[in-house]
Amino acid sequence: MTQLQPANVEQYKHLISERALTGETMLLNMGPQHPSTHGVLRLVLELDGEIVVNCIPDIGFLHTGVEKNMEAKTFHKAEVMTDRLDYMNTMGNNLAYVMAVEKLVDLDVPPRAQALRVILVELQRIASHLVLLGTWGLDLAAMSMFLYCFREREQILDIFELVSGQRMMTTYLRPGGVWRDVPVEFEKAVRDFLKIFPKRIDEYEKLLTKNPLFVDRMAGIGHLSKEMALSYGVTGPNLRASGVNWDLRKARPYMGYEQYDFDVPVLTEGDTYARYLVRIEEFRQSLRIIEQALDKLPMGPVRSDNRKFVPPPRSEIGVSMEALIHHFKLWTEGFHAPNASIYSAVESPRGELGVLIAGDGGPKPRRVHMRTPSFDNLAVVPELVKGYLVADLVAILASIDIVLGDIDR
Amino acid sequence: MEKSLEPIVKVLQEKFGATFEEFRGEVQCMVKPEHIIEALTTLRDAHHFELLSMLSAIDYFPQTSPRFHVIYQLNSLEKNLTLQLRVPVEGESPKLPTSTGVFKTGLWREREVFDMFGIEFEAHPDPRRILNPDEIEGHPLRRDFPLGYEEPQFSFNYEEIDLGKPYAKE
Amino acid sequence: MGVEQKLGNMGVVTTTLEDVVNWSRTNAMWPMLFGLACCAIEMMAAQASSYDMSRFGMELMRASPRQSDLMIVAGRVSKKMGPVLRRLYDQMPEPKWVIAMGDCASCGGVFNNYAIYQGVDEIVPVDVFVAGCPPRPEALIHGVLTLHEKVKADRFIANAAEKK
Repeated sequence: MTQLQPANVEQYKHLISERALTGETMLLNMGPQHPSTHGVLRLVLELDGEIVVNCIPDIGFLHTGVEKNMEAKTFHKAEVMTDRLDYMNTMGNNLAYVMAVEKLVDLDVPPRAQALRVILVELQRIASHLVLLGTWGLDLAAMSMFLYCFREREQILDIFELVSGQRMMTTYLRPGGVWRDVPVEFEKAVRDFLKIFPKRIDEYEKLLTKNPLFVDRMAGIGHLSKEMALSYGVTGPNLRASGVNWDLRKARPYMGYEQYDFDVPVLTEGDTYARYLVRIEEFRQSLRIIEQALDKLPMGPVRSDNRKFVPPPRSEIGVSMEALIHHFKLWTEGFHAPNASIYSAVESPRGELGVLIAGDGGPKPRRVHMRTPSFDNLAVVPELVKGYLVADLVAILASIDIVLGDIDR
Repeated sequence: MEKSLEPIVKVLQEKFGATFEEFRGEVQCMVKPEHIIEALTTLRDAHHFELLSMLSAIDYFPQTSPRFHVIYQLNSLEKNLTLQLRVPVEGESPKLPTSTGVFKTGLWREREVFDMFGIEFEAHPDPRRILNPDEIEGHPLRRDFPLGYEEPQFSFNYEEIDLGKPYAKE
Repeated sequence: MGVEQKLGNMGVVTTTLEDVVNWSRTNAMWPMLFGLACCAIEMMAAQASSYDMSRFGMELMRASPRQSDLMIVAGRVSKKMGPVLRRLYDQMPEPKWVIAMGDCASCGGVFNNYAIYQGVDEIVPVDVFVAGCPPRPEALIHGVLTLHEKVKADRFIANAAEKK
């Protein structure tokens, strides 16, 4: 294990101004272990007093080698690793990977599975925004937001546990559908949540939205212009708060999103307060989608019939020889993918989550690349914080909504 | 292929000699390394493809020429189109011109491709490793880099692995 | 209630020094904020309203290693993060304990590759391993209570006498 080297000005010479070399400005390390950096992110700040002149992010402290590890596993078994990338949006990561595999091998998904996927992914979107609001409040010293948000999140995690047995890393969405059908208590649990949550959103708004301390710390800082956002590849609520109406659920609908009626909040100011307002509005729109999907939930199978890719249910294995052989082949060797590559993207709470999968004719993928939104969202932060105080940097970083598992993979 | 995409692909074919393939509804154009910056600039300015959403690479290891394909996924927001450009890159001393002049997405994404595959981007403003520690040798996502797998410890090989593991004493 | 019932009318209670010191150490053990990945979210959930860890004495999560005595390594430790972890462990004052929370900290978890340490006990000595991916907040609390039992059974005076 190598020793830590003291940081020297020489390695960042091409990124900082000349004033740092004379000692006029100071290089400060906002290290990987810090309460406000939302994970293991290291920021090297060049400070002139309290004002940030330059900010150099140093990432890689959570690099897990997921993309290489997925090349050593079959398509089914590699899905387990996708949950652990963006750990706030586990169902969404599963959905992105599973949709890419289905596109690669051309597998159909029955309508009941599509509706269940939409309900769970929208619940996950709400859970992810709740954690963001909670930690945002915590960063700006409003600790009660943290406790309220986690109380609601427990209810959503109870629904996930009801459906799959696990609170966070569920791997419930599988290629061809979902793992198994939901129990009878699912609908009641989701409806109970839908009944209480709108009032809770109003509670959060009463606490924060018009609070003069909150607005003072947020409004007018960290302005992200439309051209800069598009040039840096920023997507998601950050892009929508800068005036661009781009949401993959509306532009390239998948999993039946075209049948649901919802709006996409777009604001034009592009500052930190706008990013907060966009996310509060997304709560309400997600609730609309869940309600419509639950009302229209069709009956039917939850997994595709194509036994070349989808393992048969356990009840069939005892009675049918083909089912036994399919089960054996799929779990020992796996299914074969064509020698080609595709790219497929979904809308995660942070932006465009895309998966590039290349098969090589065998059972293991040649390359799986996860195009994670937080990577590009973080790349724009050094431009946003120039000229602001260190306290503003904390607020701006919270508003961009990064998850380090997403960035470092 | 969508109707509005056809004239754009034709422009690429005529100006840069690009070949294209359609697979599962996607259009993938092969462009040579010399033409990639001009192709990106044309697509951004003349045809309004403002968002470069993905920049990554695939290693086709046992085959060395071309060994890598660098992939650019472009999106046009107003026309709602998407197009993929693939650039074949050779195996020994792989190099490509940097696209940071056209899209700033390349600032970090090209560093990642360099870190993981060893493909150098000429004139990149900040050519350092981004995800792996600086001391590491080699480029992890190449197919000939070992996975670094540690044998699971069962009861029959318990002592063997125990002796090999570097436990912290204090 | 409690101690006053045993005081008698002189206000004196007899016990051993080890018991008192261990009891005070367990009842106010402050963890250091070392959440790395997904387990950090479950650690935050264990600290929040439904599974409150403050009732076990862990009211504050100190970000500074100089002011904490328990390091809960929650999440996967990559090769770049290893030296940072060791330096933070060295900066904590004695007595200090380490809980390896989750599968990735205990043994590398799902990730058996070039980039992750296969168990954080390659870097720091660990007292309690908590299994799970991620462990439920109740599992983490059970791990903390196991650590409390271990601390209460620590005969540090006898050990110091033996070493001499």
